[in-house]
Amino acid sequence: MTQGDHPVGDTQWPLWEVFTQSAPGKPHEHAGSVHAPDAELALQNARDVYTRRGEAVSLWVVPADAITASSPSDAGPFFEPGNDKAYRHPQFYKVPRGVKVF
Amino acid sequence: MPQKNTESALSPEDAARLEAFEAHVGKGGYVEPKDWMPERYRKQLIRMMSQHAHSEVVGMLPEGNWITRAPSLRRKMVLLAKVQDEAGHGLYIYCGTETLGVDREELVEALLAGKAKYSSIFNYPTLTWADIGAIGWLVDGAAIVNQTMLAKASYGPYARAMIRICKEENFHKRQGYEIMATLSKGTPAQKAMAQDALDRWWWPSLMMFGPSDTNSPNSAELIKWGVKKKTNDELRQRFVDLTVPQAEAIGLTLPDPDLRYDEETKHWNFGEIDWDEFWTVVKGNGPCNKERLEARRRAHDDGAWVRAAAEAYAAKRNGHNRATAA
Repeated sequence: MTQGDHPVGDTQWPLWEVFTQSAPGKPHEHAGSVHAPDAELALQNARDVYTRRGEAVSLWVVPADAITASSPSDAGPFFEPGNDKAYRHPQFYKVPRGVKVF
Repeated sequence: MPQKNTESALSPEDAARLEAFEAHVGKGGYVEPKDWMPERYRKQLIRMMSQHAHSEVVGMLPEGNWITRAPSLRRKMVLLAKVQDEAGHGLYIYCGTETLGVDREELVEALLAGKAKYSSIFNYPTLTWADIGAIGWLVDGAAIVNQTMLAKASYGPYARAMIRICKEENFHKRQGYEIMATLSKGTPAQKAMAQDALDRWWWPSLMMFGPSDTNSPNSAELIKWGVKKKTNDELRQRFVDLTVPQAEAIGLTLPDPDLRYDEETKHWNFGEIDWDEFWTVVKGNGPCNKERLEARRRAHDDGAWVRAAAEAYAAKRNGHNRATAA
């Protein structure tokens, strides 16, 4: 639908993905999305929608179209390099019986 | 079943994908927005999730009706917070629905045009303050039973929205139950008001779980695809079993002469739901269907200047940024 079909103030605002940090030291995690005309309002909308109960000490908003994601159909070959290297895990290595490594 | 025909028309490639999809969700697997999914799964979820989102939004109206007349500042603060939560819940679910490839704008337009459905419960009027108690206790209570199941739905964004919502709804239910408990300990007139609200809201609350299993066209498919984990009748029974002792504890009587505890099944048997009333309200002829849509449209139109101002401000700032950058 084009903007011309709508009265002023009735168009869809850009989509922003919202990330919340639940406590200092924790990573930012995806919480959901909001629509907003600019970054400042995106931040305020995200606060009102996703942090009404002290769920966050920090918020990120990112324009949804700025995110590039891996594709599920290629997930097999794409992640393959990390899946076939058992020697990257500590269990790969033998340790003399009775020795505490950690 | 209609799917049989679609299946036979599928290309061998799609038939293999469908088989893999059904095996995946059959084992309790999750589906994420970019994963392949049958078109029908996508359509069913858009239908179900958008109706759910609309229900949250329209659900603000019957309660909003009492914000200015709440009996104390405490009750008023609580009700404001609850109604604000419902707006938030609508937004969580619209955001989840958009991951299926529709715009929220299209969904809102369908609602305002009267083409979309929302939960029929919100087409009943809130006549007294006790109705606010009954809604929190029964309507939010029934919603929790339904949403706790949906928190395990196979579609990831829906399940995640439900987990968030369930955490918040518990306050909604408890504040409603507290209102009812307080009224029923009050003067005889206050107790009568609580009982009257319960009498009016009990049956519509049972109807919230939808038609009975013998008459529910979408259930089998939704269960097969892991969107729903329980049938309408199973959820309704769970709600009745939970609610009977709660009513008893605050000295109110559920308006059902057929209510009996079955020692063998360990469930409460209850009377027949008035399905004629259910379909009348679903089809748009309930007590408040027109009023609710008119209120939604008015709110949307009255908010137009806020949206226009925000857009104008964003455009001005963008222009300013470009000018200073140049």
